[in-house]
Amino acid sequence: MSLKFFFFHLMPYAALDPDYDKKYNAAWVTLPNSYYDPKIGHQLYNRYLDEIEYADALGWDGVCVNEHHQNAYGLMPIPGVMAGALSRRTKNSKIAVLGRALPLLNNPLVVAEEFAMLDNITGGRLVAGFVRGIGAEYHSWGANPAESHDRFHEAHDLIVQAWTQPGPTKFEGKYYHFEYVNCWPRPYQQPHPPIWIPSQGSRETIEWASHPDRKYTYLQTFSPVSALARFVKMYHEAAAKQGYQATNEQIGWSLPAYAAETDEIARREAKPHIEFFLNKLLRMPQEMLLPPGYISLASMKGILAAKRGISAGARTIDEVIEQGIFLCGSAKTICERLEKYREEIGFGYILPQMQFGTLPHELVTKSTEIFAKEIIPYFRAKAGAEKKSARARA
Amino acid sequence: MAGHESFETVTGCKIRMLRGGKGAPLLYLHGAGGGGIWLPFMEKLAEHFEVFAPEHPGYGDSDTPEWLDTVGDLAYFYLDFIRRFGLKDVTLVGSSLGGWTAAELAVRSCHDLKALVLSCPAGIHLKGVAKADLFLWAPEDTIRNMYFDQTIADQLLAVPLSDEQRMVIAKNRLTTAKLAWQPRLYNPHLHKWLHRISVPTLILWGDHDKLIPPAYGPAYQQLIPGSKLDVFKNCGHVPQTERTDEWVRRIVAFAREAA
Repeated sequence: MSLKFFFFHLMPYAALDPDYDKKYNAAWVTLPNSYYDPKIGHQLYNRYLDEIEYADALGWDGVCVNEHHQNAYGLMPIPGVMAGALSRRTKNSKIAVLGRALPLLNNPLVVAEEFAMLDNITGGRLVAGFVRGIGAEYHSWGANPAESHDRFHEAHDLIVQAWTQPGPTKFEGKYYHFEYVNCWPRPYQQPHPPIWIPSQGSRETIEWASHPDRKYTYLQTFSPVSALARFVKMYHEAAAKQGYQATNEQIGWSLPAYAAETDEIARREAKPHIEFFLNKLLRMPQEMLLPPGYISLASMKGILAAKRGISAGARTIDEVIEQGIFLCGSAKTICERLEKYREEIGFGYILPQMQFGTLPHELVTKSTEIFAKEIIPYFRAKAGAEKKSARARA
Repeated sequence: MAGHESFETVTGCKIRMLRGGKGAPLLYLHGAGGGGIWLPFMEKLAEHFEVFAPEHPGYGDSDTPEWLDTVGDLAYFYLDFIRRFGLKDVTLVGSSLGGWTAAELAVRSCHDLKALVLSCPAGIHLKGVAKADLFLWAPEDTIRNMYFDQTIADQLLAVPLSDEQRMVIAKNRLTTAKLAWQPRLYNPHLHKWLHRISVPTLILWGDHDKLIPPAYGPAYQQLIPGSKLDVFKNCGHVPQTERTDEWVRRIVAFAREAA
């Protein structure tokens, strides 16, 4: 069983004045953009791109960019800009765009076109992420959260049609209607790039992603390991109910991670930065996080239980390590933890968020190298050995 | 006395309705916060009218029909409702989102109406005059911001909510978002057709309305020919609760004049 490592970056505005929360209750939607300094932003963007490119040079399986709007938490409102920059500078890694937030768009054909372009430039290194965005996005972009699920499904159908049916075709939906769906360029990968569905966990999403026509890779994002276990089980059950057995390739897990020489050093070095991430960048009131309709009335209780505590009160590094929301320690500790979780829960992709909060460049680089030199090879060797013994048995 | 509760099916949608009193028909359309409770102002109106107080499709104990997408859909639904109950010479009273619905209905047809009362109605947009963002209000702010007199809010907040009530609130918010998230609380085309309203129209507003600023009162009045505007001093978005007696008195007098 192989485990693929995808370097995940949020590109936060790390220079955010930590005292902003004395005046404002969120790092999202309503936080004035006067807190943003373009000169610092210029440096951050280029530094962050360097970090992602370095991961490719070190042999990571993939790199990820992400989409969030009007906030200090993540500075990639248009992730295709980042993916475009990376498509020429990276050579081997997959590039996963974990946007795009489909229901925010008036014309989802832009995603079909943008992703097809990236797939052509990279010769098929693109992974296409489709999300609904988090609740705050619906405030920022004025998109109706009550239509979120329906628009997501319709936009998805439109994009897949644009990629797979010889054009021009017609599309006749409730929200989108096109006389000519005729995507130039066609995607490089056939029938289309792999589709990943990042989610914070909902039954509707899992049942939809696991459908035999789709079998999309489901990514559990930033949740306690217990929630990961619950939703992976739900995915397997949904697949079984639909008549097939899901594989590890259909499951991924994304969470912040930090590796250092020892557990003690890792904890000490990561502490202020992960706590900045948790308590400053993630900060927003419940009304912003969960606008009406963003989650169905039925699954509201479930998601509240899974995420309980995540935005309530000041959080500490000890808590998030304990709950398995943050992977932190020596290479040995991280390998052991990952091994244990992988055996118990089963997943084929791990997406460590290697920069979080204010974590500075030197520490990101160090941690990225430890992953590349000690952790990733450990799992590759294991997968190689398993393959060999499977062949020997056969 | 409380309103008589019944479930009615109109245009394939089952709704819950409260009904009480004797006299000419008065149809009350509730706001985004929902209906379903026989409130003191209904009791007082029922001394003069036969009051019909349905819960809108998508709210409270009423079903959410497939066809419900816009406030215009609600307006057509209530035209069907009026026909279904054979109502004539209706005094149509709408509050906030219900006021918007009433205006949309009257633009489509005033045939069975006698008078129209819009209490702090949503539905139009004035450039540069922002409505508040009710979707970012915390639950307590939502109640506090409705009233000028904070003792009313204190009383409401003193009563803890059951899980059932929380689910009703979530359902009401969901339907409100569906109808009014974008464009926020208005229909960009409604203002073009308000001149079609051909029955006597009374517009009521609180001078401390935090959700829809009182500047919307004169704007509505200018758009509806011959309409009358009354503003309550030291009153918020819910004059029917904050100024029950005056609010009812004005409606009764206005309907009498319209006769």
